[in-house]
Amino acid sequence: MNFDKELNARGMSCPLPILKTKKALADMATGQVLKMISTDSGSIKDMQAFADQTGNTLLSTVEENKEYVFYMQKK
Amino acid sequence: MAAKRMAIIATKGTLDMAYPPFILASTAAALGYEVQVFFTFYGLQLLRKDLSSVMISPLANPAMPMPVPMPVMVQMLPGMESMATMMMKQKLKKHGVASLQELRDLCLEAEVKLIACQMTVDLFEFDKSEFIDNIEYVGAATFLGFAGDTDICLFV
Repeated sequence: MNFDKELNARGMSCPLPILKTKKALADMATGQVLKMISTDSGSIKDMQAFADQTGNTLLSTVEENKEYVFYMQKK
Repeated sequence: MAAKRMAIIATKGTLDMAYPPFILASTAAALGYEVQVFFTFYGLQLLRKDLSSVMISPLANPAMPMPVPMPVMVQMLPGMESMATMMMKQKLKKHGVASLQELRDLCLEAEVKLIACQMTVDLFEFDKSEFIDNIEYVGAATFLGFAGDTDICLFV
């Protein structure tokens, strides 16, 4: 999947992946896509909850070798 | 739609009890909430410029997981508090949990309003120069003016 920016949140625990995602999206334009990589298993539900509450779109969630890759499109 | 609002009352000044207010406040701000945290009594320690005196004690804290069971008689020995604090900080770091300082900075960056209880400052004769600069000093009535109109209000 194409993306405009990548955020490495490996090794970070709640709530850092969400806070860093929020900060990364702040510098992006509407419609752009952020790729976020996390090793925190709690991120799966939290990223969906973040999307639901902020109006950004979680395009996909992929789990690979205990890493979670999210594609979030900015509102 | 108006932004949701959250108010937190932080009354504890130990390392373990410092995390919930800062985690919830920073996360709510990231979700678009307008957030205020009112620091009163021992919670005021969390507004100090230097957070190194924020500690955790295993004493009278039976729920704290310990590497080995430790009798109360041992927990009360001098230096146990510093040791427990050091071990807890190492554990937090190892698991990628943000430091208190980092979480507090993230709160301020996200425009979470940190409020100090003026009465507590007077009661313990605290020197305001020991606290971070970007905070307000108010009383209960002012804080309740905000808290009375929130979606979430928590006492920690």
